[in-house]
Amino acid sequence: MTEKTDLKYTAEHEWVKVDGDTVTVGITDYAAEKLGDVVYVDLPAAGTAITAGTVVGEIESTKSVGELFAPVDGEVVESNQAVVDSPELVNSDPFGEGWLLKVTAASLPTLLSHDEYRALTGE
Amino acid sequence: MTDATGTTTDPGTTERRSPLDEVHRAEGASFTDFAGWQMPVRYSSDLAEHHAVRQHAGLFDLSHMGEILVVGPEASDALDYALAGKLSAIVEGQAKYSLLLARDGGVIDDLVVYRTGEDRYMVVANAANREVVAEELRNRTAPFDAEVFDESDDIALIALQGPDALEVLQQTEGFGIQGPGNDDEDFDTAVAALKYYRAIGAEFEGGPVLVARTGYTGEDGFELYVAPDRAKRLWEALRETGGPRVVPCGLASRDTLRLEAGMPLYGHELGRDILPVQAGLGRVVALTKEGDFVGRSAIEQGPAEGAHVLVGLTAEGRRAPRAGYAVFDGEGDDAREVGEVTSGALSPTLGHPVAMAFVAPEAAEPGSQLFVDVRGTRIPATVTALPFYKRGA
Repeated sequence: MTEKTDLKYTAEHEWVKVDGDTVTVGITDYAAEKLGDVVYVDLPAAGTAITAGTVVGEIESTKSVGELFAPVDGEVVESNQAVVDSPELVNSDPFGEGWLLKVTAASLPTLLSHDEYRALTGE
Repeated sequence: MTDATGTTTDPGTTERRSPLDEVHRAEGASFTDFAGWQMPVRYSSDLAEHHAVRQHAGLFDLSHMGEILVVGPEASDALDYALAGKLSAIVEGQAKYSLLLARDGGVIDDLVVYRTGEDRYMVVANAANREVVAEELRNRTAPFDAEVFDESDDIALIALQGPDALEVLQQTEGFGIQGPGNDDEDFDTAVAALKYYRAIGAEFEGGPVLVARTGYTGEDGFELYVAPDRAKRLWEALRETGGPRVVPCGLASRDTLRLEAGMPLYGHELGRDILPVQAGLGRVVALTKEGDFVGRSAIEQGPAEGAHVLVGLTAEGRRAPRAGYAVFDGEGDDAREVGEVTSGALSPTLGHPVAMAFVAPEAAEPGSQLFVDVRGTRIPATVTALPFYKRGA
């Protein structure tokens, strides 16, 4: 179990877990809560090259559509099929089973700490 | 992830709070800015709240809506002139869906009008349009012996919607019919006998409440107009009586419910640049009524040749057409853009995407195959008669 405090964050409400040169990406509980019930998730396939800051996927709720931004440069090694099949995992377990992508990162940009992210969301 | 709230807060607006605000906080609501009001968008889950209304009952706070009284010996004539419908034709205790039209036939607001007495009407306006509706009604009724009072601040509104709504209302203690000698039994009989779009003057714990069999969800249900200082007690009583059968519901579920029921939303399917007939509301405009009414000549002239008309769209999969998305008559590069989506969602009840869109008349035939550009992908969508969902069907 990873603590939220051990994760890194983006201003676009993604969390990033760094493990060597592999990073796992998801969206935060704050974002999941704001989106409402997630009903559709579109993720890039394994092998896709991604560039930090660009749109790589979509997270759609009953109410609105959110874009998933790549938090790092790299290549997708796995996208979470369980979330594609059961999008509600993004709401029920955003930091666990609701993870979205595993990426081999070329380099790590500067990301927010847990405290910095909390300050950003005012929570 | 972009900011996904889907809502904006105008920093210039004064934030208004419902008389039920404290209750909503205790219920764990998330809030959204709605026409300057902080109103509950959801309590737990949009989907759970949506399903609760379809299967049992949901409770909505609609205290942000505007209630404007038109009172006087010529109130009927005044409203026949001011609004598109023939309000003089409804009887005391009856309600009617109507439209406030501009001179050019565009829709300023859609309204529910209750006749609460021989010379007394209550016009219920959308929160965002409350002031313009009150002002237009004042101007338009000035030549008549009738007065307009904006009572919005003195009236709270709670909607109890769903198949269990009647039973919950009957089981809730404290209700009686207005007048001498009332008791619970009279109330139970009266609400059971209340027809759709009818209302009765009742009491709740000694204070007046207008109980109307109206709603915006496609289900059976009631809308309860009550003084703000009694709203909390009423909400709590309905919650306590209903137990797990009554789920507090936010405006997000209200939107998917009304969309499934094919009901127009002001600012989406209705607006100043849309004639009622384009939105399928030609029947709401009483052209047969005698005398002039605001917008009459424009309505008689009709929309311009080729004006877009409102249709339902259904699609497969899970990606929903959303407001603002372009509609095409084909998949390829040579396809013609024939319209635009006004509302859309993955229907929680039906399990597939549904949408409403304004499209060119030649593309509006039910069964026609159209394509919606969903963020760069054209997804096929079939023109479908509204509503998408009909209770008991």
